[in-house]
Amino acid sequence: MSDTVVTLDVAEKLGLNSEEFDKIKEILGRTPNFTELSIYSVMWSEHASYKNSIKWLKTLPRDGKQILAAAGEENAGLVDLDNGIACAFKIESHNHPCAVEPYQGAATGVGGINRDIFTMGARPVAQLNSLRFGELENDRTKWLMKGVVKGIGDYGNSFGVPVVGGEVYFNKCYTTNPLVNAMSVGIMKKDDMISAIAKGKGNPVYIVGSSTGKDGIHGATFASADITENSAEDLPSVQVGDPFQEKLLLEATLELNKTGAVVGMQDMGAAGIICSTSEMSEKGGHGMRIDLSKVPLRQQNMEPWEILLSESQERMLVVVEKGREKDVEAVFEKWDLNCEIIGEVIEEDRLYFYKGEKLYADVPASTLVLGGGAPVYDREYKEPAYYKEFKKFLIDDVPEPENLQEVVKVLVKNPNIASKKWVVEQYDTMVGTGNMSTNFPSDAGLVNIKGTRSAIALTVDCNSRYVLADPDIGTQIAVAEASRNIVCSGGKPLAITNCLNFGNPYNPEVYWQFVNAVKGMSKACKKFGTPVTGGNVSFYNQTSIDGNVVPVFPTPTIGMLGLLKEKNNQMTMAFKRKGTMVYLIGKSRNDIASSEYLTTWHHIEKSPPPYFDLDEEYRIQKVVEDLIRFSLVLSAHDISEGGLFISLLESGIPKCMGFDITTDAEVRKDAFLFGEAQGRVVVSVSTTRETEFIDFMLQQDVPFSALGHVTKGEIRVDDVSYGFICDLTKDYTESLGAVFQDN
Amino acid sequence: MKFGVVVFPGSNCDHDTVYTLREILDQEVVELWHKDTDLQDVDMIILPGGFSYGDYLRSGAIARYSPIMGKVIEFAERGGYVLGICNGFQILCEAGLLPGALLHNQNQKFICKNIYILPDNNEAPVNRLLDKEKPLKIPIAHGEGRYFASPETLSMMRQNNQILFRYCNDSGEISEQYNPNGSVENIAGVCNETKNVFGMMPHPERAADDELGNTDGRLILESLIKIILEKKISYYN
Repeated sequence: MSDTVVTLDVAEKLGLNSEEFDKIKEILGRTPNFTELSIYSVMWSEHASYKNSIKWLKTLPRDGKQILAAAGEENAGLVDLDNGIACAFKIESHNHPCAVEPYQGAATGVGGINRDIFTMGARPVAQLNSLRFGELENDRTKWLMKGVVKGIGDYGNSFGVPVVGGEVYFNKCYTTNPLVNAMSVGIMKKDDMISAIAKGKGNPVYIVGSSTGKDGIHGATFASADITENSAEDLPSVQVGDPFQEKLLLEATLELNKTGAVVGMQDMGAAGIICSTSEMSEKGGHGMRIDLSKVPLRQQNMEPWEILLSESQERMLVVVEKGREKDVEAVFEKWDLNCEIIGEVIEEDRLYFYKGEKLYADVPASTLVLGGGAPVYDREYKEPAYYKEFKKFLIDDVPEPENLQEVVKVLVKNPNIASKKWVVEQYDTMVGTGNMSTNFPSDAGLVNIKGTRSAIALTVDCNSRYVLADPDIGTQIAVAEASRNIVCSGGKPLAITNCLNFGNPYNPEVYWQFVNAVKGMSKACKKFGTPVTGGNVSFYNQTSIDGNVVPVFPTPTIGMLGLLKEKNNQMTMAFKRKGTMVYLIGKSRNDIASSEYLTTWHHIEKSPPPYFDLDEEYRIQKVVEDLIRFSLVLSAHDISEGGLFISLLESGIPKCMGFDITTDAEVRKDAFLFGEAQGRVVVSVSTTRETEFIDFMLQQDVPFSALGHVTKGEIRVDDVSYGFICDLTKDYTESLGAVFQDN
Repeated sequence: MKFGVVVFPGSNCDHDTVYTLREILDQEVVELWHKDTDLQDVDMIILPGGFSYGDYLRSGAIARYSPIMGKVIEFAERGGYVLGICNGFQILCEAGLLPGALLHNQNQKFICKNIYILPDNNEAPVNRLLDKEKPLKIPIAHGEGRYFASPETLSMMRQNNQILFRYCNDSGEISEQYNPNGSVENIAGVCNETKNVFGMMPHPERAADDELGNTDGRLILESLIKIILEKKISYYN
């Protein structure tokens, strides 16, 4: 294989086009050999190079005084939390592996994202995930979902990091291509950051952690067709996760950092050794001389290109100060992990890969990476026809149901609305004794920073139906909702990470969605003061529906970090006691566009996003922030999928409380109860502070109105009973588990 | 009191346990590395939760053979106090220090949530100071927590008050409905015949911090500390 004669045909089979092939020849001043070609093909792939997205990603706001690491510069984003403490966080997709092998795909997704966090020297303290599947009635969906949830659980539970938040949505566009986005969050001392850099001539380069095998090597199809007939069995296209190794690697890495011997470190994820050697070298303006025969292998007869490209999990590349080898090796010996010197840092911008005496590849490091020689493309885009069609939607064309109690019964069981208890209880949500939301449920997950007065607030959000309807507005809503969730928990939004899941970028209509999503994200992130710290782009997500290949809904998942500076400002969504007053901050609108109600009850899929006004949203969130700070409210919960009714229900469930409310004659009752107009928050107020609350609100420039009060258990709307909280709770919490029939 | 928290590779509740004992209960704590054989004169040993050695075989099956466990077994046999929480409970059963075994949960899934337990009696240091009528809200987080023992063993355990806790609801009612994992007789924790080795699946260390809004687990750890300290004082007197 290594001596395959390289031609354009070979390059194309590896996914490179003729223009890229010419560029490689120009860089090297000769035709690359097969190993070198493999290197370029994987480093210039969409996944590693961001060649079709980087132009637009660079337009995102990325600066702020809280930002400690520029977006894309390190393994994850790093944000200053004050008091010398920093938070590393990032979200990443593992969609394609999950479509093939949901269990390992999801497990290794969790492993990969956690490695990004502790490579920087931070201890992971929280995980979140954002999952999307096809319709739940579909057997394939059930298989995928069971596998993904078990994969996330088995890996994260063993590794020992709690899941503190997440979302799960169902839509047929995700049937063959689920989305599995995993986010990890770590805490560290600000000065302890380990950079992903290689520098210092003569410094040894170590590979540590698991041995390298033939798993996850790119072009598995090409390779398996070409080597021998039987070798396909040796080449699983999905990596296999080992959370035990990862746990050891975590402890060893943090211990290693204390030795002060580390120059730089990067985990090995996509594109394995070649990615970490080239990215670290480029960042340090150096190169490396590597001997691949020194890499611990778990399989025999691996060719140099296989060792370079292997995506075996739980490995790191570490550059160490020369002379400190013994200190480093002692740490890994303690934790029983491999720790081998595979090469050294050199001054020239060059990567030399030997196996023993023989040189297999000789390439300039900088030409491989994003920001260096990797290609950057400007893709064409065009507005899809559906966009204008969706805007033609009129609420007046939709009949108002006579019996709204029936709508409630259906909505509470709608899997996009119903409790995700069946999923969440399979995850360890409490290990680390930091999850402050277990006993005080809140819109964002709150994690204690032990030994300080503060906590962090975390959320992931994206309603992709809104994004489909209008990528610009829909993405603004995703950012706004994330911010709203953090504010409703008592926190202040600080920064975001994003996972941009789209279809094929060569489809101009898909690319239009991408471009507009990025534009919307920019606007909202600027407004909320939450710069983008990094993330991941996943293109080529598509599903076959009735024989047509359609892209998934554009799904730019937003992972947001916020700070609860004073823990005693922690706010819960739960109603506290009967008799307390319930208010709406924001305004009820005559709007049912893109709501779950519209799609579930009326089966209308074509409508614009719900009402949204960025400036108004911002003002409302500021008011909610103050209401919490001044202790004027007992609970706060934002209105999202399912509308006001579902929001009230969710506030009632924790303590089994009902509510008695009155609707507004100026708004259709279905829109009042189930519409998803943005910029609304439900709060409860104690009767003793109600006057103070009203006085405060009257001074603010945002609408608010009284809805009613909390009851002992009955739910009443305009003096009509909608049943009791305990009955609705049962439907809401058990319906998802009932589908799987294994509770 | 001086506690030793054993750190196996793959333990993931070791830090939580140390934090709870040291910062919340103000006790002296040392970490005991699995490769070591020196117990550092501790008064009590805790085997924390987690996935020791990955638990790829059977939970606790490998940890039981680690160097430190030889010393832990000697310590327990001499009457030393040992508490195993979750994975620690599984290891103690594998090591033969506690009767019975922990099987895969009845629903074959990992379960993490708050549940309620009721002390069965007040005969062991770990439940001596607890109110037998008052259910405690404690989190569980395990895939293999279904306690099992033969009818003969159970009968002996009952007679000898070796059942420490049973799963119940928030008003203390014990029934199959409130059994989260299918444990025989709703058993959540047990001790040995001489009542110096304790094991429980629920995590008291996860319910000890005011900042997390639930401190029921602290009552269990406080009972343990107080009773053992009393015994220690009377021993020296």
